[in-house]
Amino acid sequence: MDLKLKIWRQKNQNTKGKFVTYPVSNISKDSSFLEMMDVLNESLIAKDEEPIAFDHDCREGICGCCSLYINGRPHGPDEKITVCQLHMRKFKDGETVVIEPWRARPFPVIKDLIVDRTAFDKIITEGGYISVNTGNAADASVIPISKEDADLSFDAAACIGCGACVAACKNASAMLFVSAKISQFALLPQGRIEAKQRVDSMISKMDELGFGSCTNTGACEAECPKGITLTNIARLNREFIKAKVG
Amino acid sequence: MVNLNSNVPEGPLAEKWTKYKAGQKLVNPKNKTKLDVIVVGTGLAGASAAASLGEMGFNVQSFCYQDSPRRAHSIAAQGGINAAKNYQNDGDSIYRLFFDTIKGGDYRSREGNVYRLAEVSNNIIDQCVAQGVPFAREYGGYLDNRSFGGAQVSRTFYARGQTGQQLLLGAYGALMRQVKLGKVKINARVEMHDLVIVDGKARGIITRDMVSGKIESHFAHAVVLATGGYGNTFFLSTMAMGANVSAAWQSHKRGALFANPSFVQIHPTCIPVHGDYQSKLTLMSESLRNDGRIWVPKNKEDAEKIRSGSLKPKDLKEEDRDYYLERRYPAFGNLVPRDVASRAAKERCDEGHGVGTGLAVFLDFKDAIAKMGKKTIEDKYGNLFQMYEKITDDNPYETPMMIYPAIHYSMGGLWVDYGLMTTIPGLFAIGEANFSDHGANRLGASALMQGLADGYFVLPYTIQNYLADDISTPRMSTDLPEFKAASKNVEDKMSRLINVKGSKTVDSFHKRLGHIMWNYVGMAREKKGLEKAIVEIQELRKEFWKDVKVPGLLNDLNTELEKAARVADFLELGELMARDALQREESCGGHFREEFKTPEGEALRNDKDFTFVAAWEHKGEGKKAELHKEVLNFEFVELKQRNYK
Ligand SMILES: Cc1cc2nc3c(=O)[nH]c(=O)nc-3n(C[C@H](O)[C@H](O)[C@H](O)COP(=O)(O)OP(=O)(O)OC[C@H]3O[C@@H](n4cnc5c(N)ncnc54)[C@H](O)[C@@H]3O)c2cc1C
Ligand code: SF4
Ligand code: FES
Repeated sequence: MDLKLKIWRQKNQNTKGKFVTYPVSNISKDSSFLEMMDVLNESLIAKDEEPIAFDHDCREGICGCCSLYINGRPHGPDEKITVCQLHMRKFKDGETVVIEPWRARPFPVIKDLIVDRTAFDKIITEGGYISVNTGNAADASVIPISKEDADLSFDAAACIGCGACVAACKNASAMLFVSAKISQFALLPQGRIEAKQRVDSMISKMDELGFGSCTNTGACEAECPKGITLTNIARLNREFIKAKVG
Repeated sequence: MVNLNSNVPEGPLAEKWTKYKAGQKLVNPKNKTKLDVIVVGTGLAGASAAASLGEMGFNVQSFCYQDSPRRAHSIAAQGGINAAKNYQNDGDSIYRLFFDTIKGGDYRSREGNVYRLAEVSNNIIDQCVAQGVPFAREYGGYLDNRSFGGAQVSRTFYARGQTGQQLLLGAYGALMRQVKLGKVKINARVEMHDLVIVDGKARGIITRDMVSGKIESHFAHAVVLATGGYGNTFFLSTMAMGANVSAAWQSHKRGALFANPSFVQIHPTCIPVHGDYQSKLTLMSESLRNDGRIWVPKNKEDAEKIRSGSLKPKDLKEEDRDYYLERRYPAFGNLVPRDVASRAAKERCDEGHGVGTGLAVFLDFKDAIAKMGKKTIEDKYGNLFQMYEKITDDNPYETPMMIYPAIHYSMGGLWVDYGLMTTIPGLFAIGEANFSDHGANRLGASALMQGLADGYFVLPYTIQNYLADDISTPRMSTDLPEFKAASKNVEDKMSRLINVKGSKTVDSFHKRLGHIMWNYVGMAREKKGLEKAIVEIQELRKEFWKDVKVPGLLNDLNTELEKAARVADFLELGELMARDALQREESCGGHFREEFKTPEGEALRNDKDFTFVAAWEHKGEGKKAELHKEVLNFEFVELKQRNYK
C-alpha cells in the first residue's frame, strides 16, 4: 500500500518543530506500524537524510516505550494495543497519516517523536512500592488473598507506564497512571499499611510536576492500551479521602 | 595466567551455600557507605541487585539504555517463574528442581551453582509476594502453579501471561524506593561502552549519554553487569530491539573470559517469520504447551493443500494429523524441553510437512477448549491469544495457531565463578549476561528465577566477600590516565563509525549477519557450515568498517550511531560463537551438530571429551581467541543421555 505521512520533526527540546510530509510506497499490510517507520527510515538514510527518532524497544506491547500519536489518537486507531502492535491493515491505501509525539507539558519533546517521561519515574519514587527489604519476607502462603482481589489487583498492575492516558487528556492529567498503582496495592493486604502515605505523596508529586487535574472526561480510559479502567480513579479518590479524614 | 577456579565450596551439595555464607567476609554498615557500586542494567537481575545493595548501605549507580529502568527486557517475559515450593504436593523439592535444571541443561552446568539456584528459588516467591506482585491465585486464595517444559511437576508461578512484567515492576519499585532514600542514582538513556581497569581491578565504566552524545567516566569500587543476553546477534529474535552485547563484549576485550558463546536457545513457540521488513519475532509463551497440542499434517499432500489455502486446518481429520511430540516423546509429550521441541519442528518442516510459509507447525487449542471451555482458556492465555490475533489477523480460538522456533535466549555469557565474579577482579556478571546456571539449554521459567536469585540473594552476599578487602580504597578521580584512555577509546570508536560515510545502512549489515548466523550457527550446525560462517562474518565485518553509513551527529541523540556501535560488537561476537560451535564436537542441549546424533536423530553428547565450560580469552584485534577449559566435575549426579520418551 502507498501512504502519505505527515510527521513531526523537531531537532531538540529548545528548537521549534514542524510537520514534514513523506510519501511511502509498497508497504505490506501485514507489517507493523513501526516496521513501516523502519522502511521509511532506511529510505531517508539512503537519501542522506536523518532518520526519524522514535522510542521503541520490546515491540510486543509490554515495555511501554513506543509512544506515537497517530491521526489524533495515542497509539493510533486500533483498540487496546500499543503502537508497536498496530498493523498496517488498519489503514487504507492512499491514506494520509499524521504522526506526532505525546503532547503534554510534563513530557517535553527530546527529539522528533521522542518525549521525556521521567516524570512518571518521579511519581513512582514517591511511594509506588511496598517498603519491604530483601530477605524480610514471610512465606508466600501465609496470607491467602481472594482470587477476585488478586485478579483486580493484577488488572491495575498491568499498566505499562506508556503515558497515553496523559497524552489523551486535555488537562494532561496522570490520574489513570497513578490510580493504577494505588489500586494494585489498595487491593492487597500487604499494601494497606502504607496506603495513606502512598496516595498522599504520589498525588502531591503529580501536582508538583505539572500534570493537570482530572475532570472525568474518560479520554484516558478510551486510549489506554492495557484496559486500565476509570474504576481505578474512583478507588484512588476513595483512598485519598480516607487519607485526608483519618 | 588465566585462573578458571570455580571457587565452589567443598562439601555436601545442600551445605555449600550455607557454608559459603558462614565463611565469607562481610562489610560493616559504616564502611558500606564508603563504597560505590555500579550496576549496569535494570532488568530482573540488575534492578534487584541495585535495590538490595542500596538497602544494605552501598552507594549505587544504576544504568540502562531505555528511558526508564522499568522498561528493561525482563518486562517481556510471559510464562512464569519456577520455585521448589511444592505447594501442589506433587513431589517437588529443591533437589528435584536442581536435578531437572542440570538434566535440562544437558549436564553442562556446575552442580554447586545450580543447587544454590534451586535453594534460593523459594525465597524469591516470598519476596515478590511481600512486594505486592499479583501472582495468579486459586479460588481458595492460595498461589496457583502451572507446568513448563522439562518438568513433571507444577512449580511455575505466574501472573497471567505477564509474569516478567509483574516481577520487574516489583524490583523496579524496590529500586525506586532506594532512589527516594538516596542510596541509588538512576542513569537512564545512558549506554555503557567500555570498562575501566586500574591496577588489575574493575574500577569504573565509560558511557555515552544517549540524548546529548556526551562520553562520560564513572568510578566505582566494583562493577556489576546485568546487561542481558545477546540473541540479537541473529537480527531476528524475541529480544528487544535495543538488546545488545556491548557491555559484556567490551569487558571481554578488557580481559573477561566469555563462556560457551555458542549456547543459544531456540524457542519452539514463536510466531513464524512472514516478510523481509520484519524487525523482530514474537514469542508465544511456552505455557501454551500445557494445553495446546502441536501437530502437522501426516501427509505431505495435505500440508501442501493447507499451505495453498485449499484446505482449512480445522477440517483435517484427526487421523490425518501427526501430533509428532506426543508420538516421539510419550512421557513428556508437548512438554519436552525447548531444544527438543524446536528440532522436532524443524525436522517435520524440512521433511515437507510444514504449514504457513512451509516453516510453521500448528499449536491447537481445539481439545482444550472443548474440555475446559473457552472462558478458562481465555483466563489463562487471554493476552497471548489477543497478541497473536493482532499480529497475524487469525483468531486462535477458532483456528490453530502457527508457530516456529526462533532465537530467544543465550545460555552463554561472561564466565563467572561461584561468587558471580568474572576473570577480572571487581567485575561481576549476573542474570542472562553470565553463563552460570543453564548449561547447554535453559528450562522454561528458570531465567526469571536466576535473574532474581542472582540479584536479590546471591550477589549482595558474594560482592561483600570482594569489597571487604577494599574498604580502605578511597574513591578515585576519573582524571586518572586509565579513565582518560578508555574514554578516548570510546570517542575514537564513535567518530570512526560516523566517519566511514559508506553506502549501506547499519540494519542491512545486521540482517546479513543474522542470515549467516541462522543458516550456519542456528538450530543445526556442521563443520563445513561453521567454517564458512567464520569466513563470511570476517568479510562482512571488513565491509562494515569500510561501507557503513551512519547519518547524524556525534553529539546528539543519534539512533543510527547507537545501532552501529552495537552491530560492530555483534559482528565480533558472531565469529566467536561460530568458533565455539566448531570446537564443540558433540551435540548437547541447544547446540546440535549434524555429525553427532543418535540413529533416531537425538542429540549425542560426548562426555569423555566435552564435559567442560569453554571459556574464551580475547587475544587482541584480529587475533584468534584462545580457548580455556573449566572441567565440570559431577559429584552428585550421574551423567546420562537425556531421555524424554
Ligand atoms: C519474550 C520473552 C519471554 C520470556 N519469558 C520467560 C519466562 O516466562 N520465564 C523465564 O524464566 N524467562 C523468560 N524469558 C527470559 C528472561 O526474560 C530473561 O532471560 C531475563 O529477564 C533477563 O533478565 P536480565 O536482568 O538478565 O536482563 P534484561 O532484562 O534483558 O535487562 C538488561 C538491562 O541491561 C541494560 N543494558 C543492556 N546493555 C546496556 C548497555 N550497554 N549500557 C547500559 N545498559 C545496558 C538494559 O537497559 C536493561 O536494563 C523470556 C525472554 C523473552 C525475550
Ligand atoms: S494507565 Fe494505560 S495509558 Fe496510562 S500509562 Fe498506564 S498503560 Fe499507559
Ligand atoms: S515497543 Fe514496547 S510497548 Fe511498544
